[in-house]
Amino acid sequence: MTVKVEITVNGESTSADVEPRLLLAHYLRDQLGLKDTNVGCDTTSCGACTVLLDGESIKSCTVLAVQADQQSVTTMEGLSTDSDNLHPVPAAFRAEHGLQCGFCTPGMVMAAVSLLEENPKPTEKQVREGLEGNLCRCTGYHNIVRAVLAASGQDPDKAEGSEPDMVAPGFSTGSGA
Amino acid sequence: MSIMGTRVRRVEDPVFLTRGATYTDDLTDERLSGALHLTFVRSPMAHARITGVDTTAAREAPGVVAVITADEMDLEPTKHFPAVPDAMARPWLAKDTVRFVGEPVAAVLTEHAYQGEDAAELVEVDYDPLPAVTTLKQALADETLLFPEAGTNLAVAFGGEDEFSDDLFADCEVVVTQEIVNQRVAAAPLETRGAAAAWGEDGRVTLFASTQNAQQTKGEVAGWLGVDPGLVHVITPDVGGGFGAKIGADPEFALVAWLARHVGRPVRWNESRSENMTGMLQGRAQLQTITIGGNRDGKVLAYRLDVLADAGAYPRIGVALPTFTRMMAGGVYDIPKVETRARVLVTNTTSTGAYRGAGRPEATAAIERAIDLFAAEIGKDVAEVRKLNVPPPDAFPYTNKGGAQYDSGEYAKAIDTVLEAAGYQGLRAEQKARRERGEVLQLGIGLSCFVEITAGGMTAEDATVEVHPDGTVTVLTGTSPHGQGHATAWAMLASEKLGIPVEKITVKHGDTDLIPKGIGTMGSRSLQTGGVAVYQAAGELADLAKQRAADLLEANVDDLEVADGAVRVAGTGTSITLAELAEKDQLRIESHWDGQMPSFPFGAHLAVVELDIESGKAVVDRILTIDDAGTILNPLLAEGQRHGGIAQGIAQALLEEVVYDADGNPLTATFADYGIPSAAELPSFTLLTMETPTHLNPIGAKGIGEAGTIGATPAVQSAVCDAVAHLGIRHIDMPATPLRVWTAINAAQNGSDA
Ligand code: FES
Ligand code: FES
Repeated sequence: MTVKVEITVNGESTSADVEPRLLLAHYLRDQLGLKDTNVGCDTTSCGACTVLLDGESIKSCTVLAVQADQQSVTTMEGLSTDSDNLHPVPAAFRAEHGLQCGFCTPGMVMAAVSLLEENPKPTEKQVREGLEGNLCRCTGYHNIVRAVLAASGQDPDKAEGSEPDMVAPGFSTGSGA
Repeated sequence: MSIMGTRVRRVEDPVFLTRGATYTDDLTDERLSGALHLTFVRSPMAHARITGVDTTAAREAPGVVAVITADEMDLEPTKHFPAVPDAMARPWLAKDTVRFVGEPVAAVLTEHAYQGEDAAELVEVDYDPLPAVTTLKQALADETLLFPEAGTNLAVAFGGEDEFSDDLFADCEVVVTQEIVNQRVAAAPLETRGAAAAWGEDGRVTLFASTQNAQQTKGEVAGWLGVDPGLVHVITPDVGGGFGAKIGADPEFALVAWLARHVGRPVRWNESRSENMTGMLQGRAQLQTITIGGNRDGKVLAYRLDVLADAGAYPRIGVALPTFTRMMAGGVYDIPKVETRARVLVTNTTSTGAYRGAGRPEATAAIERAIDLFAAEIGKDVAEVRKLNVPPPDAFPYTNKGGAQYDSGEYAKAIDTVLEAAGYQGLRAEQKARRERGEVLQLGIGLSCFVEITAGGMTAEDATVEVHPDGTVTVLTGTSPHGQGHATAWAMLASEKLGIPVEKITVKHGDTDLIPKGIGTMGSRSLQTGGVAVYQAAGELADLAKQRAADLLEANVDDLEVADGAVRVAGTGTSITLAELAEKDQLRIESHWDGQMPSFPFGAHLAVVELDIESGKAVVDRILTIDDAGTILNPLLAEGQRHGGIAQGIAQALLEEVVYDADGNPLTATFADYGIPSAAELPSFTLLTMETPTHLNPIGAKGIGEAGTIGATPAVQSAVCDAVAHLGIRHIDMPATPLRVWTAINAAQNGSDA
C-alpha cells in the first residue's frame, strides 16, 4: 500500500506515492535526493536529521513522510542561495570552525536556526541547553556554541568566560550559577 | 607574508554547509545504480552454539534477492592480528558458534533498505547458550574458553611472567598500589560504518568505504577476498568521523564485495547506530594494576604497570595497543626503574581497536593516577610532586624507560603555565574554604601532565603537487581526512611554496587508483608526515619551476624567486607564471617524506570540577590546557582538534562506558543508553598556547589529534577524586558517574573501603 504525499521542500513542491511507514528523513534523502539530512541513530538521540517542519525544528527520523503531507520542510540546503552566499548561521559555523567531519552539521545548523528564532540573543548556557538534542562527536561543541553566539550578533569571546583568574565561577555549565 | 600559522578558514565548508558532505551512504555514483541493500542478521547471544539456521521465510519476503549464511560462503576464517593463536580466526559469517552480541550470522540482500529489515527478522537461528566470558578476570581464569582449540583465552602477552623483579621497590620509603579500570568506550563517530561495492566488466571491484585509509583498506580487502590487489579500487568519500575505529577495513567490507560478486549486482551497506554500537571496534578496555614507590621528599623511584587488556571476541588491532601503553608507561617522569607487562585476553564482547589515543591515554591515566596516589600518601601537593620528577629541558632528546626517544619537551613549564592561568593557589584556597564550611558543592582540582607518541611506527607519506596551465593546483595525498581539514591545511602548505591562493588548490585523497601509495590518517600523524610531504613536494616544484624559468628568462637560478604563482627575477619586473610554465611542459612533482622518528607532543591540563556531595554528580566547571604540538600551521584547525579531544576525555572520565551484563548483553547499544555528551554537559575550554618545535621535520610540527583526550581524561578523573579527598577517598574509577561517586562517598562515610 502506498499513500500520496505532497510536501513543499526548500520552497519547491514535491510529491510521491510512499509507504505509510516511510520516515521523512528517507523521503528527503531517497525520494528527493537531498542528502544533506543525515541519519546518525535509531533512537531519536542525535539530531543529525533535524529539519524545520512549518518552521519548527523536528527530527526527521521520527516523523513519517505522511505526517508532513501538505506542510513545508526546510533543510540546510534550503537556507543559503549558494555556497558563496551563506545564510548567517552556516556562515558563522564556517567563521568559527563549528564543523569538522560535517555529519552533525546540517542538523546542528537547523537546530541553531530554530533556537535563534525563539531566542535571538541567547546566553552561552541557553545555547548549550538549546542544542542538547544534537550530538557532535568532533568539535566538543566549543566552536558550535561560539558560532551560534556569533550568529546572534554577540561577541563569542565575551560570552565565553575565559578570564584566567576567576575562581571556579561556574560560567560554563551553569553548575553553580 | 607567510600563510603559515594563520587562521585560514576551511575550504571544505562552503559545500559542507550547503548541500552537505557526501558520505558513503549519500553516493549516487552510477556504478552503484541498481545496488542491492545489505542487512545483516546479527547474533543476539554473546556466546552460543548455532544449532540451526532457517532462511526459508526470509527468502520469500518481498524484495529479497538472496539470503546468505556461512554454508554458502567460500572465504576461510581469518585472523585479524597475526600474532594470536590460529584458532582465534574470525569467520565471515558465524557457522557453529557465536562469540559476541552483534556477530554477523546471515546476510540479506534486498532491493530496498526497509525490505532488508523485514526479511532479516524472518531468518530463524536456533542458539544453544554457552557461558559468557565478560570480564578480564573471568577470561584470565580460563574456565570458559572462547576458542577451546586455542586452549587459552590469552590472545597475546607482552612481557612474560618473569618480567617483574622482586626488589623493584626495595629502596622506596613509600609504596602505593591500586587497581584501575580504564573502561571500554565506543568511538561513536556520527557517521556509522558504510561500504558499497560494484564489480566491473574488467573484473575489478570498486569499493566505496568509510575509512581512515583507503590504501590499507585495499590491501586488506584484496587479501581477504584472495584477489590480486590490482583488482581492488577503493574510494573514500567524505567520512563522518573515525577516531581510530575506522582504521583499515572492517570484515563487513569484504562481505559487501564478496556478496556483490556472488549475486552479480552492486551491493551497499550502511549500518544502523545499534548495529554500530556492537559491530564497530571499541576502545580502551584495560584493567591495570599500578604500583608506585619513592621517597617522602617526593622523588619517585620505581613504577610498575601490569595490564590486562580486552581484545573482545575476535582479536583485531586492539591487541597491539598495549605495546604503546607499555612504551609510554612512565609518562613525562624521569623514573629510575619502570617495569611493565600486558596480557591481552579474549572475551565475549565486541572486538577492540584504536580509539583516540589508542594505548597512550591508558598509559597516561595510569601514571597520572599513580602520581596523585603517591602525592596523597606522602602528603605533598600534586603539582609539586610532578615538577620534581620531570626531566629538565636540557635532558632532551630524552630516552624513556620504554625505549622511546622524546624529541623535545618542557614539561615543568607546561605545568606552571596551566597552574598560573588557573589561579591554582586561589583554587586551593577556595577548595579549603568550601571544605571548612562543609558545603554541598565541593571543588575538585585535577592536574595531568602528559607526553604521547605521534606518527609512531609510520613516519613516511607521499605527496604529489601539480600546477595546471589554468593556474590551478592539484595536490594528491596519502593521508585520509575525516574532519581534520587537510584540504585546507595541505593547500596552505602548497600555497606557502608557490604563492598560489588556497582557493585555487584542490587536495585529493582516498582513491587508490589515483593515489596508490598512502598510509592514512591515524595516530596524530598526518601533518608531520603527509603535510610535510606536500610542503616538500611544493618546494621541489618551485625549484623545478625556477630551473625551467632560468632558461626562458635567461637568468641565473640563484636570482629567481617563486611568489604569487610566478617565477620572478629578483629585483626586476621580469617573470613567468607557473601556469605558463605548466603550459609548456607538465609541472608536477611526486615526493616522498620520511621523518624517520615519531614525535612526542606533550602538555598539561588542569580541570576544575564542582561535585555535589549529596548526589555524587560532578560537573566540569573549567578546563585549561596546554597541548604543545610544536609549530602550529593553522590555529583554527589545531584548536578544533584540541576541543574535540578534550570533550572525549571529559566524556570518558565522567560519562561514557560500554556496559555488558553477566550474560554478555550490551546495555549501552544505542545513543539513548550510551553516555555520549551533548553541549549541555560540557563547558567551554580554555586553551593556552605553547609551541616547542620538533627538529624532526622542516615545519616543526608534531601531532595534535589525540592530545586533548590524553590530557583531559586523567585531569578530570583526578579532579573528581580530589573533590572528595577530604572524605578519605583516594581513587574512583571512570566513568565517575553520580552513582559511582555517591557509592564511594557513602562507603567512606560508613568507614568501609571505597
Ligand atoms: S537520526 Fe534522527 S535523531 Fe538521530
Ligand atoms: S562535526 Fe563531526 S559530528 Fe559534528
